[in-house]
Amino acid sequence: MARLNANSLGVAQEIIARYPVPRSALIPLLHLAQEQEGYVTEDAMAHIAELVGVTPAEVMGTCSFYEMLKREPVGEYMVNICNGISCHLLGSSDLIHHAEATLGVRPGGTTDDGKITLEAVECIAACTEAPCLQVNYRYRNRVTADDFDQLVSELRDDTAKVASHGQLAMVRQHIGDDRRAGVSPPDGQGEPAWMARNPSDNGDGS
Amino acid sequence: MSAPAPPDLRIITSRFDVEDGHTLAGYERTGGYAGLRRALEMAPADVHSEVRTASLLGRGGAGFPAGVKWGFCPPGVWPRYLVVNGDESEPGTYKDRLLMERDPHQLIEGCLIACYALGLSQCFLYVRGEMAHAQERLAAALNEAYEAGYVGRNVLGAPDFSVDITLHWGAGAYIVGEETALIESLEGNRGMPRLKPPYFPASIGLYGKPTIVNNVETLANLPWIVSNGGEAFAAMGADSSTGTRVFAVSGHVASPGVFEVPFGTTTFRDIIFDPRYAGGMRPGRTLKTFIPGGASAPWFFEEHLDLPLEKTTVDQAGSMLGSGAIVVMDDTTDVVKACHNVVRFFARESCGKCTPCREGTSWLEKILSRLLAGQGRPQDLDLLMDVCDNISPGINWPPRQTTICPLGPSAVSPIASALERFRSEFEAYLPATAVTVTGVAS
Repeated sequence: MARLNANSLGVAQEIIARYPVPRSALIPLLHLAQEQEGYVTEDAMAHIAELVGVTPAEVMGTCSFYEMLKREPVGEYMVNICNGISCHLLGSSDLIHHAEATLGVRPGGTTDDGKITLEAVECIAACTEAPCLQVNYRYRNRVTADDFDQLVSELRDDTAKVASHGQLAMVRQHIGDDRRAGVSPPDGQGEPAWMARNPSDNGDGS
Repeated sequence: MSAPAPPDLRIITSRFDVEDGHTLAGYERTGGYAGLRRALEMAPADVHSEVRTASLLGRGGAGFPAGVKWGFCPPGVWPRYLVVNGDESEPGTYKDRLLMERDPHQLIEGCLIACYALGLSQCFLYVRGEMAHAQERLAAALNEAYEAGYVGRNVLGAPDFSVDITLHWGAGAYIVGEETALIESLEGNRGMPRLKPPYFPASIGLYGKPTIVNNVETLANLPWIVSNGGEAFAAMGADSSTGTRVFAVSGHVASPGVFEVPFGTTTFRDIIFDPRYAGGMRPGRTLKTFIPGGASAPWFFEEHLDLPLEKTTVDQAGSMLGSGAIVVMDDTTDVVKACHNVVRFFARESCGKCTPCREGTSWLEKILSRLLAGQGRPQDLDLLMDVCDNISPGINWPPRQTTICPLGPSAVSPIASALERFRSEFEAYLPATAVTVTGVAS
């Protein structure tokens, strides 16, 4: 059912090929599973385990360590209000209380319509723009209570122009076959060729 | 006040004002990839020497000289890897994200120069999971750079120099900013730190191979250093803290912002009060305290304002410049709540591997919570210090640690600072009855 679909599988294989050891692709693949379903399903974890050659329990072990990877369905939009020290100093607690009252949920909860999951999160690196929040990991800076209400109404009628939960970067890395240097496995080659260069024989460098 | 860096003295934020500075066209138009071309005309060892001459200190937090760190790989062991630490998560810190979003090619060029200098055969660029925009800017830049022949097979046509840069992204865990935890995470594991020794990344790193882990800002300096020479870099700033540094000034200031300033000569007073930087306190307010280098750093006060932003000076004064995050608190600040906020962060982000940190940070958070809830006990203030002493014996600076990594001791910093300076504010939270009982008992 919710294993990786054909499209995700193609992307997954491209990602795995960029690492000398397939297991290194685990976190990117878990993001991919979350992009497909909005959260990481057990079937997806089993599928990923097959793809990188580890057990489903090992995938679960990794998945459960990281806060962004959700193993239960969440709202279409994660609204993560920053509660780091800089935002705290500029009123994040008030903003969180306002959000709780507006949405009728506590941090971690999802609205009845399944649209919004509220979280109070640690510093999201927009400290000079406090108080700030992220909607599906896209920033909103210097957020007032009115801004928040406006955001919520846009999210409810889908006019906020934010990709649904699970989608992170809208651009993926792609390495053309003719440009690929090739992965460097840990049991691989000796000293790379260019290290033999010395100042007297390096020519023009190209 | 000394003068701020004029725009032409900016090294790594010079393209922040260039609208298309994040694209290959914008980057090339503004001198991009000249450092890489220059490096390829030099022997790898000579590129390394330039970085040593520059005395470039790591910009991630510990401030260790990059050129020296580069020399720690055991001879004859290959392959070696480069891992870029773009997992910026220290509360108050906000520079690597901008460097990745606004000038991704500069970072890519820095990675290529490091790989060339040290014979690193593959680079992994680990970006914090929550930074979706930085991820897409880097993906777009890498795609362009590969296409144009700057990255991948035969860099700039060189028959002997090929290197892949793999974009990797995390999934939400502060601890992964610690370099051995970053490597664990990159290997597909839970991000828990490794014991050093033996797991110094330069000797036993990614896949057990020698690995250089460098911060984004550190690498972003390399194109300039190679283009202009290590001596020109070392001539900027102070003797022991060279070049420029990017600081984020946030909290209760008039104009919070991210500023690139000469390293080691600018003072805290300059960067907090100069109208060209953070512009002083909010109208009508006075300074109460400030965090000089991210949430892990002990707090500073009025008497520290004239210290330069210079590594050794700040270390000797009992704190650190850390990750370049200055968080300013004015006289309206409830320091108990601020202290609780920072301690809660460390309690939440403890990975759970070491008992003193796993248990200690959450005890500290609970004690502060009950104090704030009006349920504190008179002995709680001493208990806080006792728990701190168990995490970091002696509560000194630099901290001793009973843990594998510095996360646990970091939670001690705000408590030791705030309790020593503002003890009466903590006592004010004790319920009146408890205070009376203490009075009678003593």
